[in-house]
Amino acid sequence: MSKHERLKKYQLWGLVFISPWLIGFLIFQLFPLLESLYYSFTNYNPLRGSKWTGLSNYIKMFTRDKDVIPSMAVTLNYVLMSVPLKLLSALVVAMLLNHKARGINLFRTVYYLPSIFGGSVAISILWRFLFKSDGVINRILGLFHIEGLNWLGSPDLALLTVSLVSVWQFGSSMVLFLAGLQQIPADMYDSARVDGASPHRIFFRITLPLLSPIIFFNLLMQMINAFQEFTLPFVITNGGPANATYVYSMMIYDNAFRYLNMGYASAQSWILFLIMAVVTTFIFKSSSVWVFYKDEEGM
Amino acid sequence: MFMHKRKRKTGKLIQYVVLVIGGFVILYPLIWMFLASFKDNQEILTGTTLFPRHFSLEGYRLGWKDNWQYGFRVFMKNSFFLVIPTVLFSMVSTTLVGYGFARFRFPGHKLLFAIMLSTLMLPNTVLIIPRYMLFHRFGWINTYLPFWIPALFATTPFHIFMVYQFIRGLPAELDEAAKIDGCGPFRILVNILVPLLKPVIFSVAVFQFIWNWNDFFNVFIMISGVEKYTLSLGLRMMMDTDAASAWNQILAMSVVSLLPCTLFYFAMQKYFVEGIATTGLKG
Repeated sequence: MSKHERLKKYQLWGLVFISPWLIGFLIFQLFPLLESLYYSFTNYNPLRGSKWTGLSNYIKMFTRDKDVIPSMAVTLNYVLMSVPLKLLSALVVAMLLNHKARGINLFRTVYYLPSIFGGSVAISILWRFLFKSDGVINRILGLFHIEGLNWLGSPDLALLTVSLVSVWQFGSSMVLFLAGLQQIPADMYDSARVDGASPHRIFFRITLPLLSPIIFFNLLMQMINAFQEFTLPFVITNGGPANATYVYSMMIYDNAFRYLNMGYASAQSWILFLIMAVVTTFIFKSSSVWVFYKDEEGM
Repeated sequence: MFMHKRKRKTGKLIQYVVLVIGGFVILYPLIWMFLASFKDNQEILTGTTLFPRHFSLEGYRLGWKDNWQYGFRVFMKNSFFLVIPTVLFSMVSTTLVGYGFARFRFPGHKLLFAIMLSTLMLPNTVLIIPRYMLFHRFGWINTYLPFWIPALFATTPFHIFMVYQFIRGLPAELDEAAKIDGCGPFRILVNILVPLLKPVIFSVAVFQFIWNWNDFFNVFIMISGVEKYTLSLGLRMMMDTDAASAWNQILAMSVVSLLPCTLFYFAMQKYFVEGIATTGLKG
């Protein structure tokens, strides 16, 4: 066997190593995905069987179902409230922490801590205690003679209160920002300072452009998660008050697992997928304008 | 020069003050929950002080005891029983797959890698219904197999990507030298790479542990019998059935449910920070 052939044969080992993923992808991802696409064109119900109904699920969503548009709006609001606030907090704290100073690691641990609890039920329960009308937050405000707000009871505030959990858990985005900040060479800042650039100019001309790939990555990941949020609104407010926190995933859950209209729920989930795909594509397309890659500029 | 230095020092001080206040605000909810779990019901509902007036372990004692048909002792055991195999399986499978993508150029490499990355964006919400039906057909509903088996088949692209990035950061000469010495691909992975991959493999473990431990949505759908409930399901059940009366128990059990995650995070932290810092970014 020639050396070339041996090398080629060796490369084939790669297929052996990735085979677990390939099998898993086909069985647990691709097949379910296609099956759900098929069921979205049927009236599948585990108790009553399934019949091909063409586009009628999709038509029903936008004509007769009174929940779809409102819960889309709620979900969009949730994304628009939680994601920018989360990324902004993550960036501000990362910049404050980007110094070699005493105790900085302790602060990093502290600020990261909430995000290890993710969407756990315990945190949702905690939020209920904090933001009930007679909860901890309002009692603290009362000590300063400030009238408390009806955080979870008022339809205008409830979604914001729920999205505060996600903002509070900015740690994972922060860690990525921090690692990005540490890769910006110090002499870049030094020479900018020597040239007399103001701090705010340095931020907009050096820091922000060099961080843009990480902003892009964080934005994408957080949006994908936010669009699918379920546990927080489900446990904290159970969709209420007056459906103010009835997010899209809760609606899918209700249709699929409470009313067992799995065909219809599949169609709803495909519409969510479609919306997410459009938004993701938009972010990707726009990235050529605002995301700055070092290697493109020959640095 | 002197003025400049002093200005810098004040700047530093302000920065510290901001960080301390911010840290306190961030931690306050967790501190409150921890301390309130030692209070009695009355004080939880009306008290304004952070520290309990009467320190009591009643919430822990009653919550842990089997005064439900199945108590939190069982839920805790179930959570571990679900999470530990899932974590171990995904540590092994993602390492194998990450290695396969990082070090071999087989036919179709580019396409398969692109597919793997694109599944990062595949929403769980779309998959949950057909997955439920699939697992139903397999007879896996109300077992932990829907969590264990996919982990065995590396269905978390994010973790594969982390391992992949980390391996690409290691010099290829390492493998070459071993190859010349007659090492096969498995031995190169196990003897040469795995020791170096520790930080990233532990990061995968931490992510997977935290994620599965806290997960509610998936267990809520796949697990139906109370005897199989994990902590998240147990907590929600407690919230529903005893909503009005047992606040101290609910808080105490919430603290218990967050504890393993916290301990695991602190134990793995050294590797964890190293693991993300070297991988998450180059992409």
